[in-house]
Amino acid sequence: MHELAIAQSALQQVLREAERAGAGQVSRIVLRVGALSGVETDALRFAFDALLPASPAARAQLEIELVPALARCRDCGHDFAPASDTLFECPRCRAFGAELRSGRELYLVCIDCA
Amino acid sequence: MTPTPQPHSSPTPADDVVIVDVRDPSDTLPTPPGDALPGTRTITLETRLLDENDRRAAANRADFAARGLRALNFVSSPGAGKTTLLGRTLDALAPALRCAVLVGDLETANDARRLRRPGVPVAQITTGGCCHLDAAMIARATAALPLDGTQLLFIENVGNLVCPASFDLGENRRITLVSCTEGEDKPLKYPPMFSSAHAVVLTKIDVADAMGFDRTLARDAIRRAAPQATVFELSAKTGEGLDAWLDYLRALL
Repeated sequence: MHELAIAQSALQQVLREAERAGAGQVSRIVLRVGALSGVETDALRFAFDALLPASPAARAQLEIELVPALARCRDCGHDFAPASDTLFECPRCRAFGAELRSGRELYLVCIDCA
Repeated sequence: MTPTPQPHSSPTPADDVVIVDVRDPSDTLPTPPGDALPGTRTITLETRLLDENDRRAAANRADFAARGLRALNFVSSPGAGKTTLLGRTLDALAPALRCAVLVGDLETANDARRLRRPGVPVAQITTGGCCHLDAAMIARATAALPLDGTQLLFIENVGNLVCPASFDLGENRRITLVSCTEGEDKPLKYPPMFSSAHAVVLTKIDVADAMGFDRTLARDAIRRAAPQATVFELSAKTGEGLDAWLDYLRALL
């Protein structure tokens, strides 16, 4: 359940930014979460559901942009979606050690304030 | 007949109960900002979700560099052999090399006691239920230890193969352990912990045969999940394979 710690950290940032902007209410929170970030989005939503009601962002909608994993082979340059059991193996040339181009994201993208 | 919902009864004041609130006051949320403005607007942030932890981790890393020490973060499932390997490592390296240890667990100081060696400062971090160490905990624990002259700081994370992967502690090397009693495909089941490792240590190889453990399969799984990692296969119990591991540590200095 490290999602709770991540949600707490995110909410702190949200409230800090809302205060800095002189905003009274946060109506939307947008996160970007990579498929290989190690974060379970259901658990993240659950954590936000627990934290939001007691906060100034009580009525905020949570939106999560999921980023699929994308890798590029260092040998042949082939771009591919890595399968979970052959994470870094190029499906074209079978080389290992592909570079992960996306999928590890864990970002607070934006907030809507009123 | 539909039962009528009863209004929630207010809790009875319990004057005879002693309440000890152990929450950190800094954990409480800031007060709501001023009056609401009409309409809504979008504030673009694009900041990392663990921004605060990352900042503290960077501060730890700078502190370690200023002290001239190298920090290693040991992560694994519970029972993979972190404490045993650390104990064996301290026996071999200390006191010739100046070592210090931080060890994280939910409860008890048992591991800190196990790792006590002459001239080796050891601190136990009890997280009280938290499933990982974070950079702020490390900052507090290092402040509590006499680290002057320390060359190697070993950090034994909470036994957990999922959550600690997300939290940078400011370490110079992340070491992921997997034991021969866990199954060959563990690295494929828990990719983040392996893909973020500088080194992977396959432990308990003395019991591999007895467990029917296929080391070739395990090596292949590690290579798939952690192609970037230096791989060690050893038994902290018999000492087999330990020399290469110790050479790796010495070469960090």
